[in-house]
Amino acid sequence: MRLQKNTLLALCSVLEFAAQPARPLSTAEIARRYRASPHHLAKVLGRLRRAGLVSAARGSGGGYRFSGNPRRVTLLDVIALFERIGAPAKTGRRALEGAIAQVLAEIDETARATFGSITLETMLKLARRPPGARGRAA
Amino acid sequence: MIQLKKIRRATRRDLAQVAEIDARITGLRKPRYWAGILRRYPLFLVLTENARVQGYIVGEVRDWEFGSPPCGWVFGIGVRPDARLGGAGTRLLEAICAEFRRRRVDKVRTLLARDNALVLAFFRSQGMMAAPFIALEMELRRSP
Repeated sequence: MRLQKNTLLALCSVLEFAAQPARPLSTAEIARRYRASPHHLAKVLGRLRRAGLVSAARGSGGGYRFSGNPRRVTLLDVIALFERIGAPAKTGRRALEGAIAQVLAEIDETARATFGSITLETMLKLARRPPGARGRAA
Repeated sequence: MIQLKKIRRATRRDLAQVAEIDARITGLRKPRYWAGILRRYPLFLVLTENARVQGYIVGEVRDWEFGSPPCGWVFGIGVRPDARLGGAGTRLLEAICAEFRRRRVDKVRTLLARDNALVLAFFRSQGMMAAPFIALEMELRRSP
């Protein structure tokens, strides 16, 4: 499973903001951290702002802050702003093409359910765990 | 007023409230099913607050089910809608995990409908990840 570069950048940015809700982060800071072009990142953040997930403050000490509820916003909410998971595949008329499309749709449904069930808060908890404990339950 | 929250084994007296919570969540009332669950599953816990059942959890340890070494399975969890976001689900899951550990298993699993976003998100928030299994099904046609 691969996500587009913009989508990954948006996910990392939103998670950075949600991890430090009181501290505004500048575009330059995020761009440096994820080796992205500030111009490109500004477009991504603009889309997140229009969706109400981040808010921007101008002036010294300004930057972006998370403005959603990390216990409610899921990875899918962010991803859906940039790409569509589960877009109907173009199917040909042949039975084999239809069968392949059916399997791909099954994979997409699983991906949607996975992204839709992981909130930003859960993701931050996951990131804070040591790598060996990431699959360990309560 | 002091709120006395307690987790204990479910008894016959709790069944009506458990069935009511389940019916509020699923829209289906099935008291006989819950009576059967009480008979069959030793790990049927309820969380009560001032004697009112606020939530339940059901599970058991299964040996070599689906080819897997013994592990704990959670079959059902439910919390009254008006008691959510208060940690009831977390406490119930912690309690059943403690029971699983006492039975010397070190893994807990569950199975959920893909569109059950609320409960999926709950289990995810508790640290559960995708298991190395794939659930499969097919329609059974009637014999001619």
